[in-house]
Order: sequence, then structure tokens, then C-alpha cells
Amino acid sequence: MSAWFLSLAQTLVVTLKNVVPIIVVILGFQLLILRRPIPNWRRVLIGFVYVLLGLALFLEGLDKSLFPLGEIMARQLTDPAFIAGEGSEFGQALQWSDYFWVYLFAGAIGFATTLAEPALIAVALQARAVSGGAISVNGLRVAVALGVAIGVALGTFRIITGTPLYYYIIAGYVVVMLQTLYAQRMIIPLAFDSGGVTTSTVTVPLVTALGMGLASTVPGRSVLIDGFGLIAFASLFPMMTVMGYAQLSSLRARMARQREEK
Amino acid sequence: MRKFFADFYCSLRSSLRDLVPIIVVISLFQLLVLRQPIPHLGSIMVGTLMVIAGLAIFVKGLEIGLFPLGDALAHAFARKGSVSWLMVFAFALGFGTTVAEPALIAIADKAAEAAMQGGVVANRAAAMEDYAWWLRFTVGLSVGLSLVLGVLRIIRGWPVQYLIVSGYFVVVVLTFFAPREIIGIAYDSGGVTTSTITVPLVTALGIGLSSSIRGRNPMIDGFGLIALASLLPIAFTMVFGMLV
Repeated sequence: MSAWFLSLAQTLVVTLKNVVPIIVVILGFQLLILRRPIPNWRRVLIGFVYVLLGLALFLEGLDKSLFPLGEIMARQLTDPAFIAGEGSEFGQALQWSDYFWVYLFAGAIGFATTLAEPALIAVALQARAVSGGAISVNGLRVAVALGVAIGVALGTFRIITGTPLYYYIIAGYVVVMLQTLYAQRMIIPLAFDSGGVTTSTVTVPLVTALGMGLASTVPGRSVLIDGFGLIAFASLFPMMTVMGYAQLSSLRARMARQREEK
Repeated sequence: MRKFFADFYCSLRSSLRDLVPIIVVISLFQLLVLRQPIPHLGSIMVGTLMVIAGLAIFVKGLEIGLFPLGDALAHAFARKGSVSWLMVFAFALGFGTTVAEPALIAIADKAAEAAMQGGVVANRAAAMEDYAWWLRFTVGLSVGLSLVLGVLRIIRGWPVQYLIVSGYFVVVVLTFFAPREIIGIAYDSGGVTTSTITVPLVTALGIGLSSSIRGRNPMIDGFGLIALASLLPIAFTMVFGMLV
């Protein structure tokens, strides 16, 4: 039991270290430049303690549960012996279509980890408050999670086929630009932001483990060149799904209006 | 006190709901596809409970601490009316939080290894450490500059898509000139820079700024800081790869 507390305390120290630069910057400006007390500073302080404690517990819990399990699973699923199946001959070259379970796992884990991502919850809460409730917290999160799922699944396909990363990224950029032309102005900044927030605490380690596992077992791939890039996919596709979600709902609203007019 | 516990119970329930998908995905794959029992079930259950409690406490802390803080800072700077101090603040916040970011440290070390295999860096610990440190410095610099640019954009009311789309052009052009081993790392570095504590603070800052400046709409002008902070590092990392 004491070992548990010890490692929790260590995580707390690491989290604290990450927050130190933020606190130094804010306090420095508050005292030297703004020279004005933060309103309700006691409440803010308690909030900071909550954030630290919560994050430390969260990370420590992930280290104890999901991360080891997810990494083992990523290794097992990308193991050529598993992919080839029990009945098939050994030494047979694998086709990209043999990796069915890998794509499914990549998509499912991308979707599930995004829903648990604390930074995305924060942005979704803000979006709901700013939009006066027009954007629902869960609607935005599901849209982003779908994007991550598509992105990570496609990213594993890229590692398996060994096609260059930038083909996909450039094609993705073109789609995002086209969508930007037609999307409502209100949703554009939020959609762009949701690309960056999706990939943090929960998603990055699991998705990276999957990428590294694949790149090291697929013949002809280098871990260092092909293992990277999944995060880039995971931050590109949410922009498309969030704009797509907004476009879809405005289209539905327009169709409903037309039906009423008839 | 009773209200506090009722409140906490609510947030526990919602963070449990947030984690159900992961639990379902992992157990389904483990039991049905890989057909193996889950190892160390006890410790995994305890860990999951910690994750749920931690997430609930974190979200509570966001609402009472980080959101009001970002908002208060934004209003204080707006009232002070000094654009240059606001820029310095934005830069310090972006640079300071990014250079110390653990995900970035991990990626920078991997990148140094890739550069060593590509023959760009000598196979010595000191040379690789140097490379990793300068890479982190570059990414920190780029995040600091993107917050400056983003704040300037909020003040002036430029549409974010112009900045982002021109950023895409720069990134695409750079991709053709950057060495091959840096490309994947560069694209990934955009995603990892924005951490779980920075994102809520920066978002609250943007929304606070846009709501305290007349003529700005928080929905249109408030968001977009994170987008810039995930785009600029890609370009800067590729330039770094070309220069080294």
C-alpha cells in the first residue's frame, strides 16, 4: 500500500513541476505588471489544488490500468503470428487487408480515449458556455472522437502500406480548406482548435504504442520514420468531423424548414 | 457540505460515463479477439477507480480555478490596455509551458535518435542531448510566437482561417524541402505541445479577451489560439531539421 502512495506522490511531484512555469509566469505578471489581486484568489487557489490532485490521480491511475494493458494489447494485435491467424501457413506475406483487427482496434481506441481526454472536456465546456448551449458538450466530444477514430485507423493503414505521410496530410489540408469555405463562420475557430486538443494525456501514449508496435513488426518499416505520424492524423481529422457535424446539422435544420413551408 | 458531496457525486458519475468506452473497448478486444484473460485484474480495477476520481476532481478544479483565472487575467490585461505586456505574457506562457512539457521531452529524445540514425547528429550522448534541447527550444519558441500571433489576431479581429490556411501552405511547401526523418516528428510535435493544463487556461484567456474587447465575438474570435499553437510548431520543427 505504501508503494502505491509513494508512486502517487511521485506523480504529484511531476505534475507540480509541469505547473511551476505556469504559476511563475502568472504570479510574476500579476505582481509586477498587473499589480491587481485576482478576484476570489482563494477559490482559484483551491481550484488549482483540485486540478493538480485530480491530474495526478488520473495519470497515476492510467499508469496502473489502461496504459500497461493498452500497450500489451497493441503489441499482441500487431504480432505477425496473431495477424496471420492460426490456420495459415507461416512465412506467407501479409496483405494490408489482413490487418483488419488492427484497424478496428485503432479506431475504437482512438474514439474511446478521446472521450476521456480532460483537455477536450475543458474546451467543450467553454464552447457550450460561449455558444449559449447551442453546442452540446457531448455532441462536440463525439464529433471529435469520431475524427480521431478515422484518423488513427487511417494512420495505421498508412504504416502498414508504407505510403508517405505527407500525401495524406496534404490531401487532408485540401479537404479542410474546402470545408472552411462552406462552413458557418461560428464553427471554424472551434473546429481548428479541436484538432489540437484531442491529442494529450490519454490518447498520445496509447496511440504512440500502437504506432511503434506496428512499425516494428511490419516488415520494411522503420520505427523512427514510420512510427511517428499517428498523432498528426489524430489532430487532422477532428477538424473535418467537427465542421462536418455543424454542416450536417445546419443542413438538417434547413431541410426541416423547407418541409414546413410546403 | 451536503451540497458539496451531491455535486461531487454528480461529477463522479459523469467521469465514469467518460471512461466506459475505454473499458468496453479494451475488455471486448481482450476477451473476444485476443481471447486472453485480463492480467492483474485487481490492480487494474484500483487504477481505473483512481482515473475516475481524478477526472472528476480535475474537472471540478477547472470550473472553480483555471477558467476564472484565465478569464480574470484576460480582463485585467484588457483593462490595463497595454498590448505589448499582453504579448510578452502570451509569449512567456507559451514558451514556459511548452519547454517543460513531458510529452515534448519524450518526442525530442526520439527525434535525436532518428537524427543520429540519419547521420545528422554524431553518435555521442552530448551531441544528441544538444539536438534534443534545441528541438525543444524551437518548439517552445514557436508556441510562444503562436500565442503572440493569436492574441494579436483576437485584438485585431482577423479571421482565423486566413492564418491557418496560409500556415498550411507554408507547412506543405516546407515538407518538400525538409529531411525525411524529421517530417513525421514535425507533424506530431504540433499535436503534443498543448497539454492538459495549458489548454483550459489558454482557451479561457482567449475567450476572456474576446469578450472584454468591444466588437469581438467570443465564439468567432475567442477560439483559435490552440489551433495556431498546434500549427506553427510543425513549420518551425521542419525548418529546424533543415538548418541542423
